[in-house]
Amino acid sequence: MKNSIAELIAKKVKGKPEAYIAIVGAFIIIFIILLAIFAPFIAPYDPIKSVGKPLTPPNDEFIFGTDSLGRDFFSRVVYGARIPMIVALLSGTFSLLIGAPLGLLSGYIGGKTDRVLSLLMDSIYAFPGLILAIAIAAVLGPGIMNMALAITVVYIPTYFRMVRGQTLSIRESLFVVAARAIGARDMTIMWNYILPNVIPTIAVVFSLNVADAILTEAGLSFFGLGVAAPTPDWGFDLRSGRVYLPAGYWWLVTFPGIMVIIATIGFSLLGEGLSEILNPKLKEE
Amino acid sequence: MASLKSYIITRTLLAIPMILILLTIVFLVMRVMPGDPVRAILGAKAPAEQVEALREQLGLNKPLIYQYFDTLSGILKGDFGRSLIWGRRPVIDEIMDHFPATLELTIFSFIISVVIGILTGVASAYNYKTFKDYFFRLYGIVTYSLFIPWFGMILQMIFGVYLKLLPIGGRIDVFMEPEKITGLYVIDSLLTMNFPALVSALKHLALPSLTLGIVLSGIYTRLTRANMIEVLRQDFITAARARGLPEKVVVFKHGLKNAFIPILTMMGLQFALLLAGAVLTETTFSWPGMGSFLLERITYRDFTTVQGTIVFFAFFVVLVSLIVDIIYAFLDPRIRY
Repeated sequence: MKNSIAELIAKKVKGKPEAYIAIVGAFIIIFIILLAIFAPFIAPYDPIKSVGKPLTPPNDEFIFGTDSLGRDFFSRVVYGARIPMIVALLSGTFSLLIGAPLGLLSGYIGGKTDRVLSLLMDSIYAFPGLILAIAIAAVLGPGIMNMALAITVVYIPTYFRMVRGQTLSIRESLFVVAARAIGARDMTIMWNYILPNVIPTIAVVFSLNVADAILTEAGLSFFGLGVAAPTPDWGFDLRSGRVYLPAGYWWLVTFPGIMVIIATIGFSLLGEGLSEILNPKLKEE
Repeated sequence: MASLKSYIITRTLLAIPMILILLTIVFLVMRVMPGDPVRAILGAKAPAEQVEALREQLGLNKPLIYQYFDTLSGILKGDFGRSLIWGRRPVIDEIMDHFPATLELTIFSFIISVVIGILTGVASAYNYKTFKDYFFRLYGIVTYSLFIPWFGMILQMIFGVYLKLLPIGGRIDVFMEPEKITGLYVIDSLLTMNFPALVSALKHLALPSLTLGIVLSGIYTRLTRANMIEVLRQDFITAARARGLPEKVVVFKHGLKNAFIPILTMMGLQFALLLAGAVLTETTFSWPGMGSFLLERITYRDFTTVQGTIVFFAFFVVLVSLIVDIIYAFLDPRIRY
């Protein structure tokens, strides 16, 4: 079974060297997810217990040093993968589940419904996403679910616009016209004829959105609108480390930030690569 | 020209429902979502009569639909309400105190991102499929994934803490503020010929605007590269070379000029990203702009100010996109309704 999947991927990738970036991206994502799941086995110490002298620079015992409360910073960075990944994947999924069906419906039905929905979505889309997320998170208060909800609202229009646009063009294609001619119901057409053709795009958008959502989550946590202390979280640890920066405690900001960037790059690469594998037409050259 | 006029009118009219929708969304977020501003302001243990009094004072005891039209008509009259803390100043005055700082930061970051983005993009396209090309493509992907506070702090660490070349926070040295004309320190100090203030303002501006500028430049790198590859393949480029024009003229005057419209379009779309990035940059660099202001007031639970600031952002975004669209219509005769 494993072999056949590997073969399938190999077949897809063959002759498209740029698709390798999708595989690199996938490996980075798997690495981060494993880090999040197996944090208790990887982290040498409890991330919320003081185990050493505060603000010890990286050494053999504490490879990322310790923070201002003497907690092992490596353990915090490992555990810190959990909340960003959960929040980014949850919000990506929620906004997909809301945005994509709305886009499909709006594009298929057309008319007034379409115009109203499009205007609504365009308005949200035009607004700076992070600022909208800040407003919602501020009203909802801290917490994983609240953060995920705040970020969900930001990305619904992305799916809506993409799926709607594709539905508009697929709706006019011959096989849909034929299906309608033999009397297929609207639900059948949307579900069996249009949706399968939109899924590749959704996959690309999902991956790029999660990349962006990781940055937004880190932003909210950095502003103190995410989880409450002492939960380890990259954005929040960056916020705590900021105070110690002028004194030269470089490790407190360097490591969590690098993890945010690695995770983001993983999903960006996967998205870029997927779009080259799935939609050769979109290729820039 | 009649069609240009009708385009501008249609486009302006379209901005109105957009503003209304954004106002409604902001209102819904602030009032309908779970969470009670009054309880949030006073704390969960406040006595009931105190809660009632504040509720009445803020107009929160009226039915929701009244509140909605109250807020709406207030905003349309330019009345954003009053702050809940510190002397209860009108929100719009508070916003205007912080807006120039954000404007100054975004203008400089914008210029930096466009200049770096276009130069790297042209270099990448010109050296198509060589090491330089791959390098700048990587630059495009990595800069876009940079987390602004992290990148800002790394720059602070290098240029501020270790090299001690540049300040790591604030807008200007204490007591150096130039006389207020526009509120943009660089322009004001130039207008008043106050050169020590100019130097101080530019030094403070350097790291924040570089941070935001570099992070946003990657998008222009990618876009310029893609369009330039296309343009450099065209016959008129070969013709220009055949006429013996210097390579610089061929690439920049003949090439870049023709790759420019899509780049311009991106500049308009980028504006929302620029504002969101400014909020992160301001917080990182203690830059006293709208972003720091918004987050400060969120911590103090000053809900009228938070609502007013978000509404102001919405106006700003719609206004800029309107202006940008009208500029395109002037530049590109194909854009018409």
